[in-house]
Amino acid sequence: MYTFSNKLKTFSFILMILGALGVGYGFMTSHKSLDEVKTMLAEEATGHGGGHGEDASHAVSDSDHAQAEEAHEETSHGEETHAENAHHGDAHAEHVQHQLANRPWSALYVAAFFFMMIALGVLAFYAIQIASQAGWSPVLFRVMEGITAYLLPGALIVMAIAVGSHYLGHDSIFMWMNPDVINPESEHYDKLIDGKSSFLNLPWFIIRGLIFIAGWSAYRHFSRKFSIAQDTAEDQSNFKKSFRISAGFLVFFIYTESMMSWDWIMSVDPHWFSTLFGWYVFASMFVSGITVIALITIYLKSRNFLEFVNENHLHDVAKFMFAFSIFWTYLWFSQFMLIWYSNIPEEVTYFVTRFQDYKLPFLGMVVMNFVFPILMLMNADYKRIPWFVVMSGLVILFGHYIDIFNMIMPATVGDRWFIGIPEISSVLLFAGLFIFVVFTALTKAPLLVKGYPFRKESEEFHY
Amino acid sequence: MEASKVIHAIYTDDDVLMSAVKKVKAERHHIEEIYTPFPVHGLDKAMGLEPTRIAITAFIYGLIGLTVSVLMMNFIMIEDWPQNIGGKPSFSYIENMPAFVPIMFELTVFFAAHLMVITFYLRSRMWPFKNAENPDPRTTDDHFLMEIAIHGNEKELESLLAETGAVEINLVDKAH
Repeated sequence: MYTFSNKLKTFSFILMILGALGVGYGFMTSHKSLDEVKTMLAEEATGHGGGHGEDASHAVSDSDHAQAEEAHEETSHGEETHAENAHHGDAHAEHVQHQLANRPWSALYVAAFFFMMIALGVLAFYAIQIASQAGWSPVLFRVMEGITAYLLPGALIVMAIAVGSHYLGHDSIFMWMNPDVINPESEHYDKLIDGKSSFLNLPWFIIRGLIFIAGWSAYRHFSRKFSIAQDTAEDQSNFKKSFRISAGFLVFFIYTESMMSWDWIMSVDPHWFSTLFGWYVFASMFVSGITVIALITIYLKSRNFLEFVNENHLHDVAKFMFAFSIFWTYLWFSQFMLIWYSNIPEEVTYFVTRFQDYKLPFLGMVVMNFVFPILMLMNADYKRIPWFVVMSGLVILFGHYIDIFNMIMPATVGDRWFIGIPEISSVLLFAGLFIFVVFTALTKAPLLVKGYPFRKESEEFHY
Repeated sequence: MEASKVIHAIYTDDDVLMSAVKKVKAERHHIEEIYTPFPVHGLDKAMGLEPTRIAITAFIYGLIGLTVSVLMMNFIMIEDWPQNIGGKPSFSYIENMPAFVPIMFELTVFFAAHLMVITFYLRSRMWPFKNAENPDPRTTDDHFLMEIAIHGNEKELESLLAETGAVEINLVDKAH
């Protein structure tokens, strides 16, 4: 049995407290008055020769100008678009004011989603291992079950932040939640969002979210129950039940994961759509989840638990990290290239904003999520060295945090992004909570699935 | 050319073969070669063969393929007959690069895979019209053959091999 060391427990609490303080600070300082914003803009204009980011979308070449303007209207928050001439200075300042207020909400949401998706990715990985009756992985099942314990609290937090941004904030993350955008009388009326309002409305959003969470948690609950029951069982009936519900869950998962990615991420840009978005988010969550399995396994091993896990198992996990990093790149590029090639204004606006205002995180993430893992983890011997896998894993995790950052932030804070106190604190807060929940769950059951039929095969697994 | 004597020990099971290899290596005999009807997992390590370097060549071939695709697309689409790609007639390689990525990927894989296979065949001394080196046709069916060179220790070897479960032990003159 694993015991949650006091050191790690204290560490997780410190992370949560530091994170909570920083998040609080972020919310307190994000509300600027209109005058403050104007002063800030004026300072930026003189300080940077007037060439700061918010003008970048106007600084495109003539041939693209009309298109960029249109693109800009698409991404603006249903509020006034940026106006080029000075008469609309107030509207622009108000827009920036809203973006500044959106930042702590978005930072919190990105971090909450990131840790939730790790748990969800691991749950899918776990179901695949059982449904495919994999022989190498059963020694890691209890680690996976520990990680998936975070799914229920994590997903509820994501939903709470999404809904809270409507009731407590002023629709800081999802502009379609603002009732004005579907009210034809309002000056913020948006015909396109109105057209989608039979799907994108708050009650239906909440009901869908609860269905997703209920389905995932039900699978998590029963598979864990059968897994523990199998430890002392005399026959294989628990394994068989677990096998059946895993196959069923995978079908449920791939539909709900895809719809979840439209609801919880893609709808921050309610005019934009991509048909492979669900896959793309899936690739990100899968590789992050597998990476966390590797990191926690190595941590437990370094504390002299998991004596039955050896470098052969680590090698296979690292192979998955390598393979799914490439899979992620494939989907990232497929989405990008098709949209870039066809160059349709309503689609391409998504990448125009990212290239203009998010160049460093957008391209930096490709380096961290593709170039780095492909070079680091290609060699078979390196996949068997724990510290090497840890270093690569941390880069991959950071890269996928930036991936989620790039999905949410351009729609909510525009060019007012920075990785500062709100973002780092949000990550610390949820990292602390994640560590606390996961390692508490690990203490609840023995770390080896004793009665699992493939246990012996897994223990003797040899690369 | 000098003719040397070798001993051929024949096995009928890959697990027996594996344990035999370990015993023979433990007695510090040098195994010349083993012929098997299918790849036996871990046999190379048990025999003490050096790790393969084919992966390094594959990496280099991949880089060659990548370079070829970059130069080729630059010549075809930009220099020789400039193309308007995706309604963006920039005629610049770097601005049109996303359109060439699938070709870069495919040629990287193509070069790595094909050249690796060809390298493997040549390194294994297999080329068209080559006569089989296989000493016993049964090793293409269900028998395993271990070949050990003899340096005047034939009796000792024979008893050792018999102990390891060889079903047949033959002394053979091998012409070099």
